[in-house]
Amino acid sequence: MSDDKKQGLQSAFRRKLLMGMAAIPALTMLPRPSFAEAPATSAINTTGLAVTDTEVTVGILHSATGTMAISETGSIESEKLAIAQINEAGGVLGRKIKIIQEDGASDWPTFAEKAKKLLVNDKVAAIMGCWTSASRKAVLPVVEQYNGMLYYPTFYEGLEQSKNVIYTGQEATQQILAGLNWVAKEKGAKSFFFVGSDYIWPRTSNKIARKHVENVLKGKVVGEEYYPLGNTQFNSVINKIKLTKPDVIFTDVVGGSNVAFYKQLKAAGIDLSKQTLLTISVTEDEIDGIGGENIAGAYACMKYFQSLDNPNNKLFVPAFKKMWGEKTVIGDVTQAAYLGPWLWKLTAEKAGSFDVDKIAAASPGIEFKGAPEGYVRIHENHHLWSKTRVGRAKLDGQFELVFETADLVEPDPFPKGYQ
Amino acid sequence: MFGDYSIGDLGSIFVMQGFAGLILFSVYVLMALGLAIIFGQMGVINMAHGEFMILGAYVTWMTSNFFQAYLPGLFAGYFFLAMILAFIASGALGMLVEWALIRHLYKRPLDTLLATWGLSLILQQAYRSIFGAREVGVELPQWMLGSLHVSDSIEVPINGIFVMALTVLITIAVAYVMYLSRWGRQVRAVVQNRIMAGAVGINTEKVDRYTFALGCGIAGVAGSAFTMIGSTGPTSGQLYIVDTFLVVVFGGAASLLGTIASAFSISQTQSTLEFFLSGSMAKVLTLLAVVGILMLRPQGLFALKVRK
Repeated sequence: MSDDKKQGLQSAFRRKLLMGMAAIPALTMLPRPSFAEAPATSAINTTGLAVTDTEVTVGILHSATGTMAISETGSIESEKLAIAQINEAGGVLGRKIKIIQEDGASDWPTFAEKAKKLLVNDKVAAIMGCWTSASRKAVLPVVEQYNGMLYYPTFYEGLEQSKNVIYTGQEATQQILAGLNWVAKEKGAKSFFFVGSDYIWPRTSNKIARKHVENVLKGKVVGEEYYPLGNTQFNSVINKIKLTKPDVIFTDVVGGSNVAFYKQLKAAGIDLSKQTLLTISVTEDEIDGIGGENIAGAYACMKYFQSLDNPNNKLFVPAFKKMWGEKTVIGDVTQAAYLGPWLWKLTAEKAGSFDVDKIAAASPGIEFKGAPEGYVRIHENHHLWSKTRVGRAKLDGQFELVFETADLVEPDPFPKGYQ
Repeated sequence: MFGDYSIGDLGSIFVMQGFAGLILFSVYVLMALGLAIIFGQMGVINMAHGEFMILGAYVTWMTSNFFQAYLPGLFAGYFFLAMILAFIASGALGMLVEWALIRHLYKRPLDTLLATWGLSLILQQAYRSIFGAREVGVELPQWMLGSLHVSDSIEVPINGIFVMALTVLITIAVAYVMYLSRWGRQVRAVVQNRIMAGAVGINTEKVDRYTFALGCGIAGVAGSAFTMIGSTGPTSGQLYIVDTFLVVVFGGAASLLGTIASAFSISQTQSTLEFFLSGSMAKVLTLLAVVGILMLRPQGLFALKVRK
């Protein structure tokens, strides 16, 4: 990431401020027909995007097949819900959103190819998509080259920033630090054992967590272990945990491995109501596979839980279930994916244009008051200001909120002192 | 790294770690047995082995749901019925696949690799369409959860004991069927010389079909048992396929004893290294050792002497 790009974003933001951009109108989720005021297509689309007098095209790019379909299905569902709601409420700048959905098929080159197809052939105004960091890294050069706009929903390791990407999930420091502070204060935790899957996100997150534990909390990391993706045998590391008796087990194990890890933890007699475990990788989606009885008592640290008690969430959860079935659950990333289309709509309305350059410049400062997590605002660095929460897993697979930060946490993708 | 711990701690950890190795050993044997029969006896490179396992897992999940809904009183024992159903379902699917696909490819063993790989993709998508893309959680009866409390620091997982017992049982059954029964003799005769076996009146087609079905059925039982320790999703089968082939090839393809010996050596190496190094490094070193040994001994640990 070059510094001048950051500079560009900030000065663009400043310019907007100087222009006296007023705060955007408060969002209402009620239908409000606005066809009468729809501006002319030539005025809001100067770069040849797929915009007609009645429609604007948006791409959805996730894995509907392959190993990542397990996780990405929820994101597809919530993006479609958001778009349906926006259309019901009159669309964006008087135009209904038309979806072109492409399948990344859990394969990173396919993601890049499909992103190019969406931007070059379909000329979509924005892409809601990607899930793993690997897929985002594959798509990033494409959206930068062809000047597209990507809304990326997953919590991730940070160390990235682009004019062409809005990160609607939390970056690592935002997600982790508040959780570690809480567990240190609330549980008096001094010793930590890290277990993660072996790839960039857990390794970067644990690096940040280790610095924070050692330098800020003055605690000790008594073990740090990584297992290959898809590993199904954790008995050895569980024995090491028993030997070192850490105050907190801190985990970022992902995918199918998660299920094996918690089942074996329980089978080995580690009782999560007595042993504190803090995870940053288990959402309600994962608990479906793990089984509530295997993980009840564990703490998860992220920004959203399905059980959140606020007016927005009370509208969102039933709407989601109505569209996708009573049994579906909503995890952190699913909620973050829901934010993408809404933020894009609000930005386009503020910018008064679908042009990508104008959207990118208008993004900082956009606030979404209808967010199921409560309230979010886009930072100059294109990440979101958001609260961090700690929830405790219950037998029924839901989390019970035990802590939330008082204020929004500032996103800091290039944290000083943590690299 | 041991300086900080008492002798008692270390003693119990070594017991626990030994047990972890034994569980890993049982898991490896259980997942490799079905493939050892199919690959070892028939020469079919069955890339869809993992998907046959997952079929067993899904059958277990459905059985569990059925018992919860209609026979909650008998829930404690559903797992035994689920394993039998898993065997039947995977075996039946195996029989169908053999009839529709595999039997046309016996003369082209390498093509079975492509065909079964395609089959594995088809099955994965079928599971995704039928059961949904998300993982499902298989609820276990209470007695199968948790651990036996031996001492304060030694806890033996019950599902580990269950997997071990199941492995022993199935291994004995397979050994009996393959080496002592009349049918097993026919299987081995067909493997050694198909034309001569046919000439002396063995129905080789039928033998092939049942052998393949048996291998798939055992995969189904393994998949059913693994719902206790792993995930159940459309692509979970992929988690097992590499290790399974590793065990079978390392052991020497046509030998049951070889499979067991290879599962034992790989699991013990793996779990010992895991304890002293990190999980990823342990895997790397184990694979390196396997590659090294296979370079010196391409036929695997144990190989039947066959006329070339």
